[in-house]
Parts: sequence; C-alpha cells; structure tokens
Amino acid sequence: MRLEARTAVPLWLTLAAPAGAVLTAFVLCAGLIAWSGAPVLEAYGRLLAGAFGSRFALTETLTRATPLILTGLAAAVAFRAKLWNIGGEGQLYLGALAAVAVGSGVISLPAPLLIPVVMLVAMAAGGLLLLGPAFLKTRLGVDEVVTTLLLNFIVLLFVSMMLEGPMKDPMAMGWPQSAPVVSDAELPRLVPRTRLHLGLVIAVLAAVAVWVIKSRTVFGYEIRSVGSNPRAAAFAGVPVNWVVLRVALLSGGLAGLAGASEVMGRTGYLTLDMSPGYGYGGIVIAMLAQLNPLGCIAAALLVAGVFVGADAMSRAVAVPNYIADVLVAASLLCMLVGMLLVRYRLRWR
Amino acid sequence: MTAAASAPDGPELTLRLDGITKRFGSLTANDGISLDLRKGEVLALLGENGAGKTTLMNILFGHYVPDEGRVEVFGRALPHGSPKAAIAAGLGMVHQHFTLAENLTVLDNVMIGTESLWRPWQDRRRARARLADLAERFGLAVDPDRRVGDLSVGERQRVEILKALYREARILILDEPTAVLTPQESERLFATLRRMVDEGLSVIFISHKLPEVMAVSRRVAVLRQGRCVAVRDTAGLDRAGLAALMVGREVTAPSRTPLPPGPPALELKRVTVAGPRVRVPLRDADLAVHRHEILGIAGVSGNGQSTLADLVSGMAAPSAGQILLFGDPIARHKPSHFVRLGVGRIPEDRHAEGLVGDMAVWENLIAERYREPDFQRAGFLKRGAARAHAGDLIRDFDVRCPSPEAVTRLLSGGNMQKLILGRTLARRPGFILANQPTRGLDIGAVTYVHERLLEARGHGAGVLLISEDLDEVLALADRVAVIHAGRLSAPMAREEVDVRRLGLLMAGEEGHHAA
Repeated sequence: MRLEARTAVPLWLTLAAPAGAVLTAFVLCAGLIAWSGAPVLEAYGRLLAGAFGSRFALTETLTRATPLILTGLAAAVAFRAKLWNIGGEGQLYLGALAAVAVGSGVISLPAPLLIPVVMLVAMAAGGLLLLGPAFLKTRLGVDEVVTTLLLNFIVLLFVSMMLEGPMKDPMAMGWPQSAPVVSDAELPRLVPRTRLHLGLVIAVLAAVAVWVIKSRTVFGYEIRSVGSNPRAAAFAGVPVNWVVLRVALLSGGLAGLAGASEVMGRTGYLTLDMSPGYGYGGIVIAMLAQLNPLGCIAAALLVAGVFVGADAMSRAVAVPNYIADVLVAASLLCMLVGMLLVRYRLRWR
Repeated sequence: MTAAASAPDGPELTLRLDGITKRFGSLTANDGISLDLRKGEVLALLGENGAGKTTLMNILFGHYVPDEGRVEVFGRALPHGSPKAAIAAGLGMVHQHFTLAENLTVLDNVMIGTESLWRPWQDRRRARARLADLAERFGLAVDPDRRVGDLSVGERQRVEILKALYREARILILDEPTAVLTPQESERLFATLRRMVDEGLSVIFISHKLPEVMAVSRRVAVLRQGRCVAVRDTAGLDRAGLAALMVGREVTAPSRTPLPPGPPALELKRVTVAGPRVRVPLRDADLAVHRHEILGIAGVSGNGQSTLADLVSGMAAPSAGQILLFGDPIARHKPSHFVRLGVGRIPEDRHAEGLVGDMAVWENLIAERYREPDFQRAGFLKRGAARAHAGDLIRDFDVRCPSPEAVTRLLSGGNMQKLILGRTLARRPGFILANQPTRGLDIGAVTYVHERLLEARGHGAGVLLISEDLDEVLALADRVAVIHAGRLSAPMAREEVDVRRLGLLMAGEEGHHAA
C-alpha cells in the first residue's frame, strides 16, 4: 500500500472529504454510545432533533455557531499563511475584556456608533496580542505554536485578575464578573424571545470579507504565496515578514471580535466561563473547512449543532454530553486523514 | 555472499534486463527495455532528463516494482521490490546525492549496514584492513578515520564507491557521477573505473554528457522517452551522432557572435557577504559584468555560488564592499528594489525559489510586479489584466500549459523554466542573473534557454551566468571566472581559457586573484 500524489483535486472530493470525515466520526462514536448502554440510532436522532429540529434548537445552534465562525476564520486566515495561531482562546478573551472595558459606560455614543467602536477596540486587542508572537517568529524564529498556546493561559489569568480586581462588577454580589455593557452597546436580537443576535450577521459578513481578501486582493495574493512557498515569495519580492505581521493582526482581530460578539450579544458581561473553548474549536473548524472562509460557516454550524444536540441527547438517553467533545475531536482526526486522502491517492501495491 | 562464484550462465553475462515496463498513471517511464551487461565492461546509459534512466535503476535496485519484465543477475532472477536482494546479488549503486552520515568517520560509514551491529568492535580491525586493501587496489585513497563531513565532494564519492565494493558489489552503477566533480577529479574517477573493469567488475555509467561517455564506456545504450533506442559499441561513434540518437533529431549548438562589451551593468567592489546565516561566505569579490556580455562563473557546487546569487538578486546584503548597478550604488538590498532597477533573476531552484507550485500560472507570472498599477487597483488584483498578461507570455515564450489557470506544479521542468524566463526577460532587464539556468532540463529546453540568454545579451543585457556545468559556461560566456571557497578568480577571456587551468582553479589548487 502506498500513497501517490494527485495531480488535480476534483471539487467533489474537496466537498466529500469533510462530509466523509464527520460521518466516520459518527460511526466511530456509535461504539461509545452503544457501550454506555443507549440505543445508537435513537441517540443520534435526538442529537439531530436537538440541534436543528425546532425553531428554538436552530436558533440555539446558530447562537453557538456565531463565535465559532469567527474563531474558525481567525485560524483559517492565519493557517493559510502558515502562521500557526493556537492562541484564539486568549485573543477571544482579551477581545471580550476590551469590549467590556470600553462598552460598559466609559464612552457614551448612540448605538450605531458605539457598537462598531467597541468591536474595533476588541479587534485591536486580539490583533495586538497575536502581534507579539508573530514578531518573535519573524525576527528570531521563535515557534509561534508554543508562544500563542502559552499566551492563552497568561491571558486567562490576566482576565481572572481583572475580574477579581479592578474590573469586578460591584453589583454582582461578589461574583467574579465584569460590569455589563451598556444597552447601546448590546447587539440587537435577530429573533425575538431567543438568544440569536446580530453577531451571526457580522460573523457571516466577516466570512465573506475574508473570502474576498483571500481570493481577490493583493493582500490575499501575498498571504497565499507566503503560505505555500515563503522562499519563492521572498525571492519574487513579497515582503514576507510584513505579510505575516498583517496576517497576525487580522487573525487575532477576528478572534477578538468573537469575544466582543459574545459579551455584546449573548452574555452582556464577561465571566471566566464565557467560552467553552471557542478559540480551540476554531482550529477544528478551519481544518474541517480546509481553510476556506465560506466553508468555516458550514463547519461552525456542524460543530455548534453537535454541541447543542448533545445536550438534548444527554437529557433523553442519558449519554454523558461530553460525547460532543469526543465527536468533534474524532471529526478533526478523521478530517486530517481525509485531507491526506484528498492530496494523495491510495494505491494497493 | 558473491553470486559471482555460483554464476552458472557463462562467464560473460552479468546482468540482463528483459522487457522492463513501468508506468506511472498515463506516463510510461520505461517501455519494454531490454539490456545486458557483460563482465569487465563499462556500459554507458545515455539519455536526457526524463528519458527513464533513473526509473530503470530504481527498478533494478528494488525501489520500484516493474509492471512487466524481469531482471537476471548472474543468471538468476532477481526478486522485484527488494533492495536487500539486489545488494546480496552483487549490485552496488552510487547515487547522485550521497547517502552518507556526515558526523561519522569513513570507516563507520562503510561498516554501517554492512557489518552486524551486535559485535562491532571485533570486526573493526578486519574491516579497516579490508578497506585499506580495496582503496589500494582501485586507487580510491581516503583516510578511514576522517569525518565524512570534512571530506570534499570527490572524496565522498570515493567513500560511496568503497562502500559498494566493501559489500562485494560485482556490478557497480554510478548515477551522473561527474556532476559534482572537477575535470581532474572526473579523470581520476575514470581511471578507477578502468581498474575495476580490469578486475572483472561491470559498471553501468549513467550520464547525459557525451564527452565522458565517449571517454569511459565500451558500449552505449541510449534511452529516449522510456525506450531503449540504440545499443552501440562506443568505438566508431561520434558526438554528433550520439547527440542525435539521444534527442531524436539533429542538435545545433548555440552560436555566440562576438560583441563589443558595453558600459558596466553590475560591478562588485571588494564585496564580502558573511554572517551567521550565510553557509559559504563570499570574500572580497571584485567583478564587473558589462552590457552585451555574458560572464560565466564556473565552480564545483557549494563553493559560494548561492551566496553570490543571493547578493545580486537582492536576497542578501553585503557586509562589506559596494555593489553598483548601471553605475549607481544600490540603496536597498531587497528583491523588489532590484526588480525595479531592472535586474532579471533566474534562480537556481525553480521549485524552491522560482515559483509557487500551488498557485496558478498567471499568479506566478505577476509575482515580481503584482504591486504595479498594471495589476492592481486600490489593493484589488486586476485579475483580467493579469490573465491577459500571462496569456501573452505563454504565447511568446512557448510555455506548454493548458491555460493561465493551470496549477504551476503540474508543469514540466522545461515549461517552469520558460515561465521564469518569460517573467524575467519580458521586461528587458539590463542585467540578468542566470543561476544554473538549465539544471535538470532536456536538451531541447537547454537550447531554448541558451538562445534566449544570447538574445538578451544581443539586446544589451549583461548576464552573470553561474553554472556547475563547465560545458555550458564555455559555450555561452564571453569571459569566465572561477569561484572556489567563496573567492572569485580573475576573469579570463573565453578565447584564452585553458580547461586544465580552470580545473585547477575549481579545485582551489592555484593562487586566488587578489584585488
């Protein structure tokens, strides 16, 4: 058995790979569900219904998908330039912290102005956070996987310090949470009496914008050339380091925007348990989408659906809901194998 | 271990290939090739790049499994797909790229994989004696206790050959062995080969260089497009006939008409490029390339050619000295600045440095100028204009590709090089760096590249041609300098070049030019 590089990758295969990977993950996890004593088909049926089966389920899934689209984009745009940003979680929290810092009454503007200002500040916070590791990478060759990953813990501790100290909400009865954002900085609801908010529209627009940047602009051209052959890009005259720094700003900014969208649209204030790993989830989503910005929307919907549906499944058939983590992790592993099979053909001899 | 002792099938035949066919997808790399090798002869395997030489040898060595055909060594069928069986049967291979551990000594390298790892110490003395005996018999002098990393390329090749002989190879296969050698080292290798065949070994000598094939072989097998088109006795062949057999048509060498040199295009004044990231530093380089002139830089690979190329393509800045371009000092040592000043750059490695393989042909063709107003407005690429530009270059430079949208990595080496030539030469640069411009190309593409470089010279460009192929330098250059250990010799006019002296300079055995 050997691998042979494909000369061209047909479109159907690009689409079939993530679908196949997710299906395989579901088949693999069927064993675990059966082991825990639940009927597999019914469990998956509950999961599907719990994710997409009703108006409420659907809006919950979309709400959950909103930050995932943005962190997925953050990972996709960085990975495209071979900047391995594993720090989405930290950038998200720093963005959220910046959003509550400026959005909780420090400045007062009408909503149509305040919302963009708060979001821009959050994006700047996330972007600047990634700029450090990117600078170390371009100047000294420091591995950004290590620096961005470790920064996550530093940022979480910093946010914890701020929430316990200077930014603690005096009205929160001692809970470590920030003051809420003012109502002018809140994102309006898309569907009344649900949690679905304007953040979804912003995330989808961001995906379209990133797609346009990637495939239509000079910056996107630079990103793609630096990502697939930095030496040739440098030889041709692409300013490789400058491109990497700008990618870092964009990627960190998208993750920061995810944090802002959460505090402005869903929670209203910042706590340390706001994100159940959206930053890391972004990596899964970028891989499932094969770094395609529009694909990130579909991948985020899928991952969000698994998490929301798993809660329903857990209630109905008593399978622990952390099966969702296993499902998503298995999807990522299957996708990595799938990507290998997209690039190479399997030959039996 | 030697199968020779038990060869039942006459004393003469040592190796027989019968109807070897190997296909990769739609490409037939080897098409029913039959060959035989006799005891005590050098058989040259001649063919252009892509003719199927390497595939055939990989089949012989069990790296590939052929779709059809059989291999017999000393009358016994060789099982397919087993390098171990090939070595046991008495085959030895010296690859173009050496497979030695640089941090080990010569003796250790020879013993690795040959002697049992369980009792290495008991065998060392015996191994050392055997190695000394082999070195003596075949004229392959190497100090067994030196670290391979400290050896010259020629010495490393000797270690590779010794390793094969130590494993009792009776059939030795050398893949393009002279590509990395000076003329003198090549002569020495040929003497070794003659001793081997005198001792009854058989040698397959893979090459695409006609003179050495004529010099060293008894018979020549010519491969073309995966087929064996001729097997001839070398005596009675001439170079032109051999070239025609190899290419399938008559080949004409490019003719270089003398031109009076113009004003200097590029001048290096005591330039040094050194630093922690520079592998082979360039020291005190003095050089002037004039318009209407090709200046050839000959040298054995790894002597600072890449540093010189990086310097004049804007990839590296000098740590001392001055570069003048068209008479003016260069302000910024960046590739984009060099391009803007009118420097055309043909890089050494078209895959690693020349092109982004995963991007489309049109995207690669604008790589040096995507920021110009012709190809972008307000940060958005003018895709239509870029595609039209690509279409023009594809037509003018005869690039064989389905469309400007084609993925670049799927093109052949020759067509990739035409893309780079198109990107570079279409702007009529006043100075051109051509670094190994024909490496790995077939003869047709080589001729094309040479013609275009001579044409650019005719239009008034100064060309700095860096090449490890001495024949190429001698065919194109108006003046020739030699680079050795990061130092340039004084250039000499082509008419006054003495190949022996060049060889000595390339080996570093003659005083350097001091400015």
